Formats: sequence, C-alpha cells, structure tokens
Amino acid sequence: MINNREIMQTIEMIDQQHLDVRTITMGISLRDCASEDIKRSCGKVYDKICRLAGKLVRTGEEIEAEFGIPIVNKRISVTPIAMVGESCTSRSFVPFAMALDKAAREVGVNFLGGFSALVHKGFTSGDERLIESIPEALAQTELVCSSVNVGTTRAGINMDAVRKMGIVIKDTAELTKDRAGFGCAKLVVFCNAVEDNPFMAGAFHGVGEPECVINVGVSGPGVVSHALRSAKGASFDEVAELIKKTAFRITRMGQLVAQEASQRLGVPFGVVDLSLAPTPAIGDSVADILELMGLESVGAAGTTAALALLNDAVKKGGVMASSHVGGLSGAFIPVSEDAGMIRAAKSGKLTIEKLEAMTCVCSVGLDMIAVPGDTPADTLSGIIADEAAIGMVNNKTTAVRLIPAPGKTVGDVVDFGGLLGSAPVMPVNRCSQAEFVARGGRIPAPLHSLRN
Amino acid sequence: MKAIVTVIGKDTVGIIAEVCSLLAARGVNVLDISQTVLQEYFTMIMLVDVSGCTCPFVDLAEELKQHGTGRGLSIRIQREDIFNAMHRI
Repeated sequence: MINNREIMQTIEMIDQQHLDVRTITMGISLRDCASEDIKRSCGKVYDKICRLAGKLVRTGEEIEAEFGIPIVNKRISVTPIAMVGESCTSRSFVPFAMALDKAAREVGVNFLGGFSALVHKGFTSGDERLIESIPEALAQTELVCSSVNVGTTRAGINMDAVRKMGIVIKDTAELTKDRAGFGCAKLVVFCNAVEDNPFMAGAFHGVGEPECVINVGVSGPGVVSHALRSAKGASFDEVAELIKKTAFRITRMGQLVAQEASQRLGVPFGVVDLSLAPTPAIGDSVADILELMGLESVGAAGTTAALALLNDAVKKGGVMASSHVGGLSGAFIPVSEDAGMIRAAKSGKLTIEKLEAMTCVCSVGLDMIAVPGDTPADTLSGIIADEAAIGMVNNKTTAVRLIPAPGKTVGDVVDFGGLLGSAPVMPVNRCSQAEFVARGGRIPAPLHSLRN
Repeated sequence: MKAIVTVIGKDTVGIIAEVCSLLAARGVNVLDISQTVLQEYFTMIMLVDVSGCTCPFVDLAEELKQHGTGRGLSIRIQREDIFNAMHRI
C-alpha cells in the first residue's frame, strides 16, 4: 500500500512544482492520401485526421481527470507532407497546410506537425515545392508546424538546403511581421531529425512508423529543481542520483498515461519522450536547475558541464521507467519558453555562442531565439550550418528555431504569448559568410558515419 | 477500481462526515482513512473503491472539487495507479 507521504509528494509535484504530461501526440500516416489532384488529396488528409484523431482530445481530458495529472497539450504529427504531395501536379502546397489547419481545429488539438521535408541528401520535386510553400503556409495557418531536415550523420549536410532555409526563415518572418515573425516559431530546421518526436514544432510521423501511434512527452523541470534545493553543497555524484530518481518518477507517470491513452484509443503505444521541457511559468525552468547546481547565472562558465550532467541523468533515470523511450529525450533549452533563460539573455549573461556550446550536450539546439530583424539570410544559414555540423559530428539531433523579428533590434523583447513565451532579441555576430553559404553542394558525412 | 481521495485545507467541523456522505451517495465505498491536523491545516487521505460508483468518475471528481471550493478545501480523487506507478517498481 502506498503511504501518505508518497501520496502527498505526488500531489505537491502536481500542485506546486508544475509536474505535467506535456503532450500526448498522435502520429498519423498520410501515405494513403496521395493523389494527382491536390484538392482530392487534401480532402483525404482532412478526412483521415478527423477519423483517427476525433476522440484524442476527449480521451486526453478523461485521463487528466481520472489521474489528476494535467495533460497540457494534445497534438498530432503526420507523414511529411512533401511525400504526401509528391504526386500532385500543383505548384504550391499551401492548400495542404490549410487542410491540416482545418482538421486540427476540427478535432481540437493545439498544434499539428508535419508540414515537413527530409532533404539531407537532396531534393525531390515535392520537397522543393513544400519548402517554397513554407512561408505562405505558416502565415496563413495558425496550428500547423513545419520542419525541414537538412543533414544527418550518415548523409552529411545538404548546404543547398541550408542556404534555402535561411531565406525561408526570413520570408516567413516578413509574411508574419504583424505578429513579430510568429510564423518562425512554428518552423524548425533539423539535423538528424527523429521520426517519433512528440514535441512541437518539430514533430512529424516518420516513414518507419505504423499507421497510427501514440507518443507521449513528459516534462518536469520544476520537480527536478525542487529536489535539487535540498541538495545544496552535495557532490555531483549525489546530484546525478537525485536527478535520476526524480526523472524515474516523472517518466513512470508518462508511461502510465501513454499506455492508458493507447488502450482507450485503440492505437499502439510508440514511445515516451523523456524530456525536461520548460514553460515560461516561474519555477518551471531548466535554467533554474543549472543555477541550483551553483552557477550565478545560466551562461556562466560551467553551464555546459551542468547541462551535460542533467541531460545524462534524466535519460538514465527515465530509461528504466518506460518500456520504449524515444523522441528527443533530454533537456530542452528554448530561450523564450524558460523564465531563467529569458532573464539571463536579457541581462547579456547568456549569448548565442554559449547556447551553441550547450546544444552539444542537450537534446535539441538553438531553440526559440529572437535575433535582430535585419539579420541577413546568409547569417541565418551560417547558424544553421554550425548547428547541423554539431549534430552530424556528434550523432545527435540538433535543431534551429530562430525568429529574425522584423523591425526589432537588440534590447527589444518579442512576445508570442502562451507556452511560446517572450524572447529578448539577442545579438548575432555580424561578419559575413555570404561566400561560404553561396558555395552550395554537400558537406560530406564524417568518417564515423561508416559504421558497417 | 481503487482511488485515493485527498482533502487539504483549513480544519472545520464535519469535513470527514460531509465528504463521506457525498461518497456514500454515489456508491463509493471507503476502505481506509487517515487524517492529520498540523497548525490548523487539515489533511485527509482516503482509499476508496469506486467500482460501485453510480456516476462517471470524471463527474465524481468534479463534484468533489466543487464541494471543496465552496469550503476553502482542495478535494481531489485520483486513480490509485498514478501513485503506484510513481512510487513502486
């Protein structure tokens, strides 16, 4: 029998330490929705999503009520639309985004990911049309998220795609300038993108995935920081143990919710993504955890080491708690979504260069960072290339979600509201890389990609 | 199916009686109760069996919550599985 202390501990985690299941994401294959006629294809896409995900939100809410654990988001990921639309004769893929947005509204989810293309080795005609459609698609829809994979450890980096994505980000910001470039908050450029990621904006339903699947993303930076408060002065061995134990509990809860959702919806369970995903709420910050380890501010020397320990301990603790772990699994460091990161960025204690170093040891990349609106597309491409190189060489996922906020400059703050938070505009190195980016071609895969 | 009811808040006369009669009216059987009062702060934990509950679990949870809100109490009911998952291997 569970004792009272354990019951109260769980309730405190939920009530005071922001413990929640961040997302239940239903992955849906749209591979059977292709057609030469884009209208017909869009109709199939809409119908299939509404049919399979019709009960998703209600089921999530029922689980939430029965277990007393908040499930913040219910989301959908779909087959990369570049593949679904490949055989269409239409030049623009914007109608797909409109159909996805309509379906997402109909079933009541808060985001839908998969307006995506995987171009790490080159473009098909569908990939090209999708990428060209991204700015308009993101400007005309509210709930659709887009991602493009430009590199992998095995294929190298497609620098033509890197160059294109710099321009696409700029165009997206321009088309959504009335909302401070909000469209860019829904656009991720990946290296080593994963096929079962439940988190937005980078979720898509990979080609190796089943017809329909349930993936769950857990969270809980607040719970970890609360545990660390009791460990002032403790050695790193003890800190790592404490984080592992906490991560285990959080993940067990995620696993339970995932199994329950899978059973009720009659859809196979895919993975639990063991991520520490912060929110702008006070006390729900990854930066706070790093500072509790003894740093005056996130960004100080020592930050990367602290994050490395945190990321590793979260995985070690979580892996035994779930039957299948996947997705991004690790700590997220989105600047605009983390009160501690926002504070450090505003005061200049956290720079893009330090964030880049941090992405070598965490689960994602340069995430939700606002940069001056006049940052050239080439510079954005340069930043994407650097991140992709880190991912490629280190066999890990890296991502770039930058917002070149139109008309804004260093010192301004861009507010997106809700979970996306607010981002102080951070300075970027202004030296040119135009010639570098213009070269095009592919950066060859590293030697250690040859593992067979 | 078993569930845990927790009642937290300022101590007043008749909390246990009220919560128990509400549960009884819905066909919920109380298996175990423990309660403590610490500096006027009341904490009650009940293990209940909801297999005979006459209304949907979600409605029961909402009714308990509403009952507590009017009295400055936080009353919740959660399936026991969540505690087992988090604290037992």
